[in-house]
Amino acid sequence: MNKTARGSLLDIEHLDVKEITGLLQLARRMNPLKPRPLLRGKRVLLLFYEASTRTRSSFEIAAKEMGAMTTLVLSSGSSIEKGESLLDTAYTLQAVGADVMVVRHPAAGAPLLMARHLKIPVINAGDGMHEHPSQALLDAYTILRHKKKLNGLQVVIMGDIYHSRVARSAIHLLSKFGARITLCGPPEMLPELATCLAPNLHITRTAEEALRGADVVMVLRVQKERLAGMKIRLQDYIARYQMTTARMKLAKRDAMVMHPGPIIRGLEITWEVADCPQSVIVEEVANGVPVRMAILARALGKA
Amino acid sequence: MARDKLKSGGLLIKGGHVIDPVAKIDGLMDVLLQDGRVVELALPNKIRGGADQTLNARGLVVAPGFIELHVHLREPGQSYKETIASGTAAAAAGGFTSVCCMPNTSPVVDSVEWVTWIQQPQRGAVVNVFPVAAATHASKGAVLTDFRGLQRAGAVGVTDDGRPILNETTMRDTLRLAAEINLPVIQHAEDTRLTENCSMNESATSFRLGLRGMTAAAEASIVDRDVQLAQQFAGARLHVAHLSTADALKAVRRGKRSRAHVTCEVTPHHFTLTDADVGEYNTYCKMNPPLRSGADREALIVALADGTVDAIATDHAPHATHEKIIEFEKAMFGITGLETALGLAITRLHRERKIPLARIVELFTAGPARVVDVRGRGTLARGSHADVTIFDPKKRWTFEAAKSRSKSNNSPFDGWQLTGKVVATIVSGKIVYRSG
Repeated sequence: MNKTARGSLLDIEHLDVKEITGLLQLARRMNPLKPRPLLRGKRVLLLFYEASTRTRSSFEIAAKEMGAMTTLVLSSGSSIEKGESLLDTAYTLQAVGADVMVVRHPAAGAPLLMARHLKIPVINAGDGMHEHPSQALLDAYTILRHKKKLNGLQVVIMGDIYHSRVARSAIHLLSKFGARITLCGPPEMLPELATCLAPNLHITRTAEEALRGADVVMVLRVQKERLAGMKIRLQDYIARYQMTTARMKLAKRDAMVMHPGPIIRGLEITWEVADCPQSVIVEEVANGVPVRMAILARALGKA
Repeated sequence: MARDKLKSGGLLIKGGHVIDPVAKIDGLMDVLLQDGRVVELALPNKIRGGADQTLNARGLVVAPGFIELHVHLREPGQSYKETIASGTAAAAAGGFTSVCCMPNTSPVVDSVEWVTWIQQPQRGAVVNVFPVAAATHASKGAVLTDFRGLQRAGAVGVTDDGRPILNETTMRDTLRLAAEINLPVIQHAEDTRLTENCSMNESATSFRLGLRGMTAAAEASIVDRDVQLAQQFAGARLHVAHLSTADALKAVRRGKRSRAHVTCEVTPHHFTLTDADVGEYNTYCKMNPPLRSGADREALIVALADGTVDAIATDHAPHATHEKIIEFEKAMFGITGLETALGLAITRLHRERKIPLARIVELFTAGPARVVDVRGRGTLARGSHADVTIFDPKKRWTFEAAKSRSKSNNSPFDGWQLTGKVVATIVSGKIVYRSG
């Protein structure tokens, strides 16, 4: 298989602890209020085949803060609509002068395919049900602003894990650092196979059991758009797995509530929990900027 | 023509180790081919009189011509992937003297006209081509085709390959009507209601890669049902194509015990690779049925050894580069396989797992000849067609996909070092392939 360009960020699975620590340290040195123009004259191409609010805007802001020029290409309104293949689109955007490509795509493995054929680094901004590495990094960054270390932390990941690229990346990252991870959800959203993903994983089907003594609770959205053919009654889901104030009381008193967004209030999480003092949901979004600054600086060899 | 015949003094294959499971021969023999037939088979140097041509087969295995039950030659309609000429050239290089081609072309081979067209000399086939016709119109699973007419035109079986016959009534009718004319029904066993949007086996790897997985049950449940249906009609012949799971094998064993005419084939990639080989989205490991678990592979190897499996078939499925070097979930299912089949069988089954060479030969010859009616082929008994495969079971070589005779090179075995290589392939007494 072809090699991928240095600086690419394709997944968390193949990163080691040292690389992750390096990125997180770099992110801590990034100050979005007083940014250094590390990427002046560079062109950052944002190629989005799927909807995005947080990831897209924070990559764009991160790039611009560091002096880069950004261009956004969406699948609608571009030649992708005329049937251009992913690789041809990628070659085209490389040819117009992109220095780094940030890509979100509904097909798992699409960023890797691009990276294998391009000379420039590729950053995975979410590929199908596979991974979302920048989200896992900003989640780790956020946790570490409140907790001393990841090792030994009791982390609960709750909800639709099967369809979630956020979950896969988070599991890889937290497991590498020795967190104790409990996955919780109904079998349709959490097959037993999930435990094969990494060491230190446990599955439970009962929210109450999962939450007891938790340090961090990561709530995931029910991805109705990926549920293809599954028969899940949302009312049952809400009854058994919705993050409510009552359930939150089972976790440690200083437990953090996280959610990669978009949140659907009243489904996987109640209004009260989403906005409770322990919730860092908004902070996660803010932390996306310095973390993505670090990712881009590393990609372009400026750090 | 007549003068040609008079002139042809035949081909004498001398000093080879003949393995013919049907004739129960496993030893040094000479074989004389003349006028498209095997005319003599005798101990070394016992054949009197000369031949125009002599082929020294010392140190080589001389086997009946290999019969391939499952290839996609892509004609009519998809000649950018393969043609009957290029596909049969690849077959010859792989030692196959006869191939059965699947009807899922464009258009689907569901009529006497297309079955006839495939067999016309203009197609440029270099080995025998036996068309398998569609079981239903356009393989849509609704209206059965004219089995009798298709069989008269040369079809050796019916199938909706690529699309299983899901509807139970349709499958029952197919088996019943085909039984009346002793025609095998070949089923691609997959409950497609359970495999929508899936691109590999359901496994730790599929979960890790975020790919939707096909379960073993999606295959086994259809095989199970079909075996039960086949038991209901005297004379029904059910052949399970590219069987890939341990559970489906159980159903086949049940069928065989009940004396139903149930046969099955296994591909070289399923006895060689597992779903873990998909690795990092390797589309050359994407096929349907998908690569399965290590336990499934182990069960297949046991079944290849113990006789449960009737044939090795490649499911040779050529695709153009632009159909494979794309997103995994969008990539076409299938790999080429004709030129690597024997090497993989000898390397993985004979050398690593000690399955006797005679059994390997059976899986390529007498086995498939029991599945479809290929008219006096699959043996070197006197009077048989002069189809012969000569191979060196000890020769080490490296497969280079780019040098394949197929029009496509979508193989996961590119660069693999294999043991066992075809030396010569003879169809109707004529050498159609000779290695380097």
